[in-house]
Amino acid sequence: MADVQFLFREGAAVAAPTVALADFGADSNATAVVIQPGEDARALLPHLDRLALVEVTFPAFTDGRGFSTARLLREAGYTGELRASGDIGVDMLSHLKRCGFDAVAPATPLDAAEAETALNVWPQVYQATVVDGRKPIWALRHGK
Amino acid sequence: MKIVTGNDLKTGEVTWWTGSEWSTNVNDAADVGADAATVIATEEAARRVVAAYAIDATSENGAVRPAHIKDRIRALGPTVRLDLSLDPSATPDQVL
Amino acid sequence: MYQYDSYDQAMVDARVAEFRDQTRRRIEGTLSEDKFRPLRLQNGLYLQLHAYMLRVAVPYGTLSGAQMRMLGDIADKYDRGYGHFTTRQNIQYNWIKLEDAPDILADLATVEMHAIQTSGNCIRNISSDQYAGAAADEVVDPRPYAELLRQWSSFHPEFLALPRKFKIAVIASATDRAAMRLHDIGLRMVKNDAGEIGAEFYVGGGMGRTPMIAPLINAFVPVDQLITYSEACLRVYNRYGRRDNKYKARIKILVHELGLDEYRRQVEEEFAHLQTLAIEPPLAELERIKGFFADPAWETGLSDEIDLSNADFARWVAANTVAHKAPGYAIVNISLKPIDKNGKAGIPGDATADQIRIMADLGREFSLDELRVTHAQNIVLAHVKKADLFALWQRLVEADLATANLDQITDIIACPGLDYCSLANARSIPVAQKIAERFAAPAKADAIGELKLKISGCINACGHHHAGHIGILGVDRKGTENYQLLLGGCEGADTSLGTITGPGFDENGIVDAVEKATNVYLANKEGEERFLDTYRRIGMAPFKEAIYG
Repeated sequence: MADVQFLFREGAAVAAPTVALADFGADSNATAVVIQPGEDARALLPHLDRLALVEVTFPAFTDGRGFSTARLLREAGYTGELRASGDIGVDMLSHLKRCGFDAVAPATPLDAAEAETALNVWPQVYQATVVDGRKPIWALRHGK
Repeated sequence: MKIVTGNDLKTGEVTWWTGSEWSTNVNDAADVGADAATVIATEEAARRVVAAYAIDATSENGAVRPAHIKDRIRALGPTVRLDLSLDPSATPDQVL
Repeated sequence: MYQYDSYDQAMVDARVAEFRDQTRRRIEGTLSEDKFRPLRLQNGLYLQLHAYMLRVAVPYGTLSGAQMRMLGDIADKYDRGYGHFTTRQNIQYNWIKLEDAPDILADLATVEMHAIQTSGNCIRNISSDQYAGAAADEVVDPRPYAELLRQWSSFHPEFLALPRKFKIAVIASATDRAAMRLHDIGLRMVKNDAGEIGAEFYVGGGMGRTPMIAPLINAFVPVDQLITYSEACLRVYNRYGRRDNKYKARIKILVHELGLDEYRRQVEEEFAHLQTLAIEPPLAELERIKGFFADPAWETGLSDEIDLSNADFARWVAANTVAHKAPGYAIVNISLKPIDKNGKAGIPGDATADQIRIMADLGREFSLDELRVTHAQNIVLAHVKKADLFALWQRLVEADLATANLDQITDIIACPGLDYCSLANARSIPVAQKIAERFAAPAKADAIGELKLKISGCINACGHHHAGHIGILGVDRKGTENYQLLLGGCEGADTSLGTITGPGFDENGIVDAVEKATNVYLANKEGEERFLDTYRRIGMAPFKEAIYG
């Protein structure tokens, strides 16, 4: 499994081994789970308390289901590590962060300088994703 | 014959593999035989060409004619704006 | 019209910087073509048959004289002196260099324009009614809602890798001039019994190889929930739209396979959840945007009289002008389907750099500095005083822009086809030109009246052939171009999809077949019937018999 190259949260990346969603039964002791693009992350909602890590895979960078997966976990109150892994390029980093990911483990490590530039592209944002903590432009315009 | 074509990465111009470099003139295209995949891989990796592919063509009296109409249009230019083509004296019939 | 504030400008400038960096990485080799391709597409940059092609957004089809002028200047500076206006109210340049693309985007940003999300698997440029703000039949001006959606959809981090492209149109009148129900989401702004504004949401329309008319999924989404509801529609699609087959990846297939009720149920569930998160901009933001679209101060006391003693002018007024909501004003259509004195037809949607700049000047002088691009690939001057029509017409004549053929058989929508497009199977433009030339005589076209003819060079249907009263689809038959004929499509309020007549034709054969179809119409027409009305009344059989008999 690829290493976490970017961590946007306090502390260290969670080291616990992940289990597949299908093996993550209500009675399991697992604290880390991995979700594939076609799986429904809402199955995890009853178990958020005991989760320390959710890894969301991006087998192909063109498959954007993981962005929705991340947001809906955060919207439901998940506060553990949310890790994106797989076919990830620097140009996705900002979007991943905005959808609530706080750890990224690209299959191929990214150039640090390029990543830094890409992460700082957007001075502001148009949408309230809520989960990224950023105020959208409409809120700034109207002093919300 | 088998020839290789693509677009210049930076300019987007349609180009044809001459055996040693890229030309905008289809008549410079060389028969690559079974080497198309190697040429494409090498040249794309060197970023001299993008979206390269191999096609069938025939050659007669120094004129190379791609087998498919699409590539004949690529070789010449839009049939509705031949004033912009490599050969402004050409007629649309030439590609048909 | 809408003007950027410092936030909007900063976002567009940031996008230019981002793309400049991506382009540099591609050329230097740290970004592969596979990874770069979706990024350049989301900046409107395609690799086409002859070169890169850049598609520039004209949000909801509205632009100022200065913006139009910039489009002309770009055609000269970076392209070969012309541009092509598209069926989604955008403009395309056909001869772009990759290394120039960031500079073009930077030039566009100086006039508050961009190419953001004009391609790729994301929410595309929002289209609208080209007569917005001028039409007598609109409930409200639809453009503020389109602008609200534009900002929401720009760089939306959750929806930049959708299963497939996603097109939204917003209209606000009973008459649909934007093919709204042939979009992934179509919004029609309406007023309810209490006088409140809201939107009908139609989801799952589209053309392509499986054309579908979007069904209504919600008859009234309140105006302060438009973004939240749209987000719910998109999230369900992003999570469950098919990704195993690109031809089944559009939302129309998801809605069709789930069934309307189940799709609606999922959207409503997601909507209820998203409403708890407060992601909707406040109404004050909508009001701010609306302020930019307030009616101009119409001059009062203007005459509605037009001196029609010049016969050519009279014909142009009759064909190309439309009623305006303010007395003394008219809506003017500039046809980009020119037919010259010798009966030679131009390329549908193309305009030279000079013509683009002339139209910019005319927009400034005659139409309160505002122009529109239409889904029929024409240009509109929305607010022209009737007293100015003759002077305007004379200027259009000088620029070869006064062809009087709006909605006639020679006002043909055509995709670029195999002359330019790497996806096409057959050429569209020469067929359009041959048909236009066959019907070039004004008397011939006038006798036929309204007839919307639409040509696509492949099954992707960029030329809207499914929605043409007469549609033509170019296909590849064993390496030669072949053209299928469809009858009975319509993109208006009574949207319908065309039916194929039978075996296809070669280029000359399709022109003959079209003429035979019009002859059947003329022979069977009753009263004021249009071609479409007669077809709907008498059915396919008489047409088939005339064409193949």
